[in-house]
Amino acid sequence: MSSPEPSVMRDITYAEGMARGLTEVLERDDRVRLMGQYFFGLTEHRSKTVEIRKRFGDRIWDPPIAETGYVGTGIGAAISGLRPIVDVATASFIFQAWSQVVNEAANVHYMTGGQTSVPMVIHVNHGIRGRGAAQHSHSPQAALWNTPGIKIMLPSSPRDVRGLIHTAVADDNPVFWADHVKLFDVTGPVPDEVEAIPFGVADIKREGTDVTIVATSYMVVRSLEAAVVLAGHGISAEVVDPRTIVPLDRDAVLRSVAKTGRLVVVDEGHRSAGVAAEIAALVAEEVFDSLRAPIRRVAALDVPIPFSPPLEAFVEPTLAKIVAAAQDVMDRRRP
Amino acid sequence: MAIPRLPSHRLMAQLRTLLRIRRFEEALIELARTHDVGHFHVYVGQEVTGVAALDLLEDGDVGYTTHRNHGHLIARGVDPAAMLAEILGRATGTNRGKGGTLHLASAEHGFPTTSSSVGGPIPIAVGSAFAFRELGNRRVSVALFGDGALEEGAWHESVNIAALRQLPVIFLVENNSLEALGQKANEYPSSTLASARLADLARPFGLPVAVVDGTDSRAVHIAMRRAVRRARALEGPSFIEAQTVRWPGSRPLWPQLLTGPTDLAMAWDAGRIGDEYRAWHERQDGVLRFARELLAAGATTREQILSIDEAAKEEMRSAVRFALESPYPEPREALEHVFA
Repeated sequence: MSSPEPSVMRDITYAEGMARGLTEVLERDDRVRLMGQYFFGLTEHRSKTVEIRKRFGDRIWDPPIAETGYVGTGIGAAISGLRPIVDVATASFIFQAWSQVVNEAANVHYMTGGQTSVPMVIHVNHGIRGRGAAQHSHSPQAALWNTPGIKIMLPSSPRDVRGLIHTAVADDNPVFWADHVKLFDVTGPVPDEVEAIPFGVADIKREGTDVTIVATSYMVVRSLEAAVVLAGHGISAEVVDPRTIVPLDRDAVLRSVAKTGRLVVVDEGHRSAGVAAEIAALVAEEVFDSLRAPIRRVAALDVPIPFSPPLEAFVEPTLAKIVAAAQDVMDRRRP
Repeated sequence: MAIPRLPSHRLMAQLRTLLRIRRFEEALIELARTHDVGHFHVYVGQEVTGVAALDLLEDGDVGYTTHRNHGHLIARGVDPAAMLAEILGRATGTNRGKGGTLHLASAEHGFPTTSSSVGGPIPIAVGSAFAFRELGNRRVSVALFGDGALEEGAWHESVNIAALRQLPVIFLVENNSLEALGQKANEYPSSTLASARLADLARPFGLPVAVVDGTDSRAVHIAMRRAVRRARALEGPSFIEAQTVRWPGSRPLWPQLLTGPTDLAMAWDAGRIGDEYRAWHERQDGVLRFARELLAAGATTREQILSIDEAAKEEMRSAVRFALESPYPEPREALEHVFA
């Protein structure tokens, strides 16, 4: 289905890419059910759910406020023949369903010795959305990366989200799909024809030669902005977007670092034991000899996300912090 | 008389299954004295509930059971040899050695996955029922769990969803803590519910409830038959509490044969019953009760019972041999089945 040279590309927003992906999988696979309806959070894009509901109302279920109950319902429905896309809305709420995700869905295929599969998609809106404070700002992907058995997709563009939705629904495993609400208005080209973007294939969002910036989700957008600033300072940054961290396109990351010799990892999760930490460790283990400077992580500081705007900005990975980290690794050049 | 009104061959098949479960658990307890099987839980004392209830399921119906799963799987035809092999971590086990006693599963026998997280499987059972309703295939999902799971939030969320959607799911609670009801919350970890009547936790959601003696096979049969009919007709979920008494051998963390291997002759020779566990042997052991009732109904003979029992014991001896002779999985198989 994937086409490297799409005929016609049109610019749409990320939210439109999501809506298109969801609509297409509902059209093409009658096993798909939507459980929950806050795919677009409380943003103005939520009206897109209304349009989907007009066409597929009998395949959308609005569950009670019961994350354990409805995520578990999604697991059982997947085991018994449906392809549910379960929306947990704000990522922080997934902790209410943590046992179902981590101790049930992730384990079923393994602990049954391969007898049973859980082909479900769990959707959340993750990240520091602005004034979300500590209980509406989580990015739980690092914790789920530490949970074997869950695939994790973190799209950053309209084309990626639409294409990855197709692959997620076709996958026979639990897939955790996290969108950042700040992505919803990002625009980009999307092919007219249906396209499935494979898991485990990174996308080089910008080519460069001096420093590799590996970024996930909305941090890809911010890193691309940083790359423009860095170019003004004569630094050529390559922005690598893994798109899925489980599976991770290790080769693409390692290849880029082997080329540039420098790595900055940008992720909105917390710094310790985070997504950035894992990618940094991978590079240190595999291509240490290629590194011409220490690796830098740009991640949320290790505090709960605060409410007040200056506090929040102090804690989150900002454009200025990404630029500073890239400049730092350039200054620390080894011969 | 408390046996179900069923053809004699069905009753005899139930007796055979009851004895196979009992002898399986006894064989396992013996085996565990010399082999590391981890922390395990036996179904002794609850056999009548599982056998009478699950006998009403059909191919395609599913059950989600718990850490106390052995009896449920045997009741639906899973091979005890493969179960014991799994419990010993062998490659020939039901789960290829990836699950052990806590997770025995057999998808082809209607046990897609078995969770040892208390309350964890309840929403998943509801989910299968959700799919069955959407797919219109008239199948039934059964959540099998103990009274302890009713303390979990998962129960309350799940029953609400099942009731809202009128899902074809049956909540079959096996309360094996009957004699523990008066205990304080901080003693033995059972029955620490503020509600002493478990069914009160289902009534507000509009579920029909049945509270039955779990060793009364007819009562279990009637309650389950009603629940299965209701589910197949897509009329909604049902709640059944089957009450049993915790088997004396189940008191310690690791089961022990405090009452010895079951002496079936106690079913017709009261003189064999000693004083120490008199209540258990006279009234609470459902297997002995079922045998007594079959004899009283003239449905079988002592000789026939002993012959079925001997076959069950021989089957379990053979299952133990199979398990012990089975190879362990190759260590690298640990890397398989993370993803489908």
